[in-house]
Amino acid sequence: MIAWTLAYRNLKGAGLRTWLNASILSLVFVLILFINGLLDGWNQSAKQDSIAWEFAAGQYWAQGFDPLDPFSYQEGLKDWPQSLEGTPILWRQGSIYPDGRMYPLIIKGIPAQQELLALPTALLAQSQAQFPALIGHRMAKNCQLQKGDRLLMRWRDQKGSFDAQEIEIAGVFDSPLPSVDQGQIWVDLLSLQAKTGLENKANIWVAAKAKPQSVAGANWQELEVLLAPINKIIEAKKGSSQFSYYILLAIALLALFDTQVLSIFKRQKEIGTYISLGMSPKEVQLLFTLEGGLYAIFGLFLGGLYGAPLLYYLAQNGIPMPEMADEMGVSMGKAIYPVYSWILILKTSLIILASSFLVSYWPARKIARMSPVAALKGKLQ
Amino acid sequence: MKEDILVLKHIYKRFPLGEGEFTALKDLSLNMQAAEFSGLVGPSGSGKTTLLNIIGGLDQPSEGEAIVLGQDVANMSAKAAANFRNLELGFIFQQFNLLPVYTVFENVEFPLLLQKKSKAERQKTVKEALEWLGIAHLANKKPDKLSGGEGQRVAIARAIVKRPKLILADEPTANLDAANAHNIMRLMRRLNQELGTSFLFSTHDEKVMAYLERIIHLRDGEIEKDEAQIPKTVSE
Ligand SMILES: Nc1ncnc2c1ncn2[C@@H]1O[C@H](COP(=O)(O)OP(=O)(O)OP(=O)(O)O)[C@@H](O)[C@H]1O
Ligand SMILES: [Mg+2]
Repeated sequence: MIAWTLAYRNLKGAGLRTWLNASILSLVFVLILFINGLLDGWNQSAKQDSIAWEFAAGQYWAQGFDPLDPFSYQEGLKDWPQSLEGTPILWRQGSIYPDGRMYPLIIKGIPAQQELLALPTALLAQSQAQFPALIGHRMAKNCQLQKGDRLLMRWRDQKGSFDAQEIEIAGVFDSPLPSVDQGQIWVDLLSLQAKTGLENKANIWVAAKAKPQSVAGANWQELEVLLAPINKIIEAKKGSSQFSYYILLAIALLALFDTQVLSIFKRQKEIGTYISLGMSPKEVQLLFTLEGGLYAIFGLFLGGLYGAPLLYYLAQNGIPMPEMADEMGVSMGKAIYPVYSWILILKTSLIILASSFLVSYWPARKIARMSPVAALKGKLQ
Repeated sequence: MKEDILVLKHIYKRFPLGEGEFTALKDLSLNMQAAEFSGLVGPSGSGKTTLLNIIGGLDQPSEGEAIVLGQDVANMSAKAAANFRNLELGFIFQQFNLLPVYTVFENVEFPLLLQKKSKAERQKTVKEALEWLGIAHLANKKPDKLSGGEGQRVAIARAIVKRPKLILADEPTANLDAANAHNIMRLMRRLNQELGTSFLFSTHDEKVMAYLERIIHLRDGEIEKDEAQIPKTVSE
């Protein structure tokens, strides 16, 4: 198409201005991909972490059990059928006394020989201590505990009377998941059951396989449902980051708009010449619109040129995350590996293209209303 | 008898001016035949450019009839007028109006691109036009690297490359020195004689007038005098 040919020639001739506009647009392109890819990668790894450390294929919760309601731990308990594959967990309220200070927490009993979850429960089995326990590195930091420390742990037994036991920290594990770490301590299920008089009982059954059989007195928690809060948090983060790169896009578009307005003003005589040579005002308008749109196309190419290797490198090697990122409420590993979906790339390209064409078209509409004679004289304001 | 390529009847052109109007062309009637080499001559503000613009379909008369090459240019849509200029008319301007980012070749090629001519045909025709005007060696230069005389030759090449029937030239020599002005006029006269292309100039340059077959004197938007003359011949 001739208008494309002409638009291409004009931009090629415009030199620096073209590079400037294309560079800004390419930067926005790469940045949007980067931020979204980062969040998608985070989302993906947070889910993988949650599956590995907490949810496996889904969970049964004993009728009445609600992890957010400590009073439900006593009611929401049941015996589990032997045929079920997976691992039970017993939750009890309790407290520990590091350095004599009381620290309330949830005591979680899990079979020491389980291999379904990434928790290193084997340490419980290997320990020579009388009552070994595991904590995560966040707990260890908060309570200033380390492996080998001994301290007092208290809980209420089945009848509600207090009981206490000296425990030994058999290991400190490093989990990306705060939800298996903060405010809790892991002990061997059988020991906890025995100490609390709750033989064979547990609140949760972590399933090894999805598509479960139905279990009387328990509610099946679909993996998707368990993971939903992660999606929600990531989507919220996406929403807030979206704002910042839309501002960036707006700045780039403003530069493009400025270029267009300026070029329509400065190139009046050229516009008049086009029309005198036989282009209709509409065709000239199209030409200027295409020129603006071509900036975006150049921008996408340019962005692809340096963005592709850069983004690929980051996806392969990950982006190291600071320790403080822990406070975000979602699991975060030591590094995030961004993930770029085709949908994301396509969507971003389309947004940039469409918005660029729009801000180019907007000022170019003026051309169709210009008097060619006035344009030739360069007398338009 | 030659056919009339231009028929203007009782043309008025009024521009809004402050509260009222300014009448730039008054009851102007004019005919032109094919292959004429004629000029509108008159003082500044007499309406020469205004008249050329109307003939070229760039502007519409306020009143009157304007038939150019059989087309009613007074009542044409912008699109139809553009198409008409694309196919039938050539423009030459005082300031050359070359497209600044294009090379000489691309400038001359432009009208052929608009006509959607094939690449091979464009190559051939542009080359011929450049050779004809003696500027083939400038093909890859940008307009800002050209002298005045070279620039106007490129503009002429661009006007003739599509073999229009009529070329409208608004003070084509005003930015040229005497030697170049003569050269340019000789070139155009040769085109006129060899290809039969009609020319209508606007000028107050004596050097231009000397080459014209017919001088139409304009004053305050009216034809004051319309006279034929024996032009200076190209070989002189
Ligand atoms: N758009 C316009 N609005 C108002 N007046 C105009 C406009 N265009 C031209 N005129 C007036 O019409 C008259 C004729 O202008 P025109 O440009 O045709 O003169 P000209 O003979 O070409 O003069 P010159 O030799 O200076 O080029 C002038 O007085 C000019 O001021
Ligand atoms: Mg004039």
